[in-house]
Amino acid sequence: MAARVQSAPFDLAAELAGFGAGSGAVVTFTGLVRDEGGRLVALEIEHYPGMTEKALQAYGEQAAQRFALDGWRIVHRHGRLAVGEPIMMVATAARHRAAAFQAAEYLMDWLKSRAPFWKREIGPDGAGVWVDARAEDEDALSRWQG
Amino acid sequence: MALDVLYFAWLRERIGQPRERIETEAATVRDLVAQLAAMDEWHAAALADLSAVRVAVDQELADLDAPLEGAREVAFFPPMTGG
Repeated sequence: MAARVQSAPFDLAAELAGFGAGSGAVVTFTGLVRDEGGRLVALEIEHYPGMTEKALQAYGEQAAQRFALDGWRIVHRHGRLAVGEPIMMVATAARHRAAAFQAAEYLMDWLKSRAPFWKREIGPDGAGVWVDARAEDEDALSRWQG
Repeated sequence: MALDVLYFAWLRERIGQPRERIETEAATVRDLVAQLAAMDEWHAAALADLSAVRVAVDQELADLDAPLEGAREVAFFPPMTGG
């Protein structure tokens, strides 16, 4: 039941040690920096210290309630991340797999469009371009609302 | 009242600073935007297209009509791209 924001890498195995003990199902998702066909060498991720932690905690608690989770964990990195590095992870634990899968997707949809992170793509020449929000991410979120 | 106004991502770059303290009588976020946009050309440019701007009041997402009474911190930023 914890959300964390950090610049350091995380160790997925360490994050999951003991996680979900007693539950029937654990689902994890890890997001990595894409190379975009060689167009990218790194991502720079900016966030809103203070608000970010509160938002992730709130979305985690909403997911726990909605899907009756036994446990959840969110780790999201900020700063400069090279291609292939892990950006973030979510883990959910529930009695059965459907709830664990759904809760992981729910958390991903919320934090892609509502957690205060901004990505900038860094190309081989060092130039940075802010990533635009995608309409598909907003659409993905809307399926959980109403 | 005095507000801490924060900017992130390309809004921070266009305005040229991450935060500033603003003395204001603005009743709503929309009133504050009008005051900021009138300060100089950089604020005006950054806040010109409000469809590309999101707002948080005291670290909670808010809309342009959100009241500012009692608020301490207002942040402006582009649509979020986490995950």
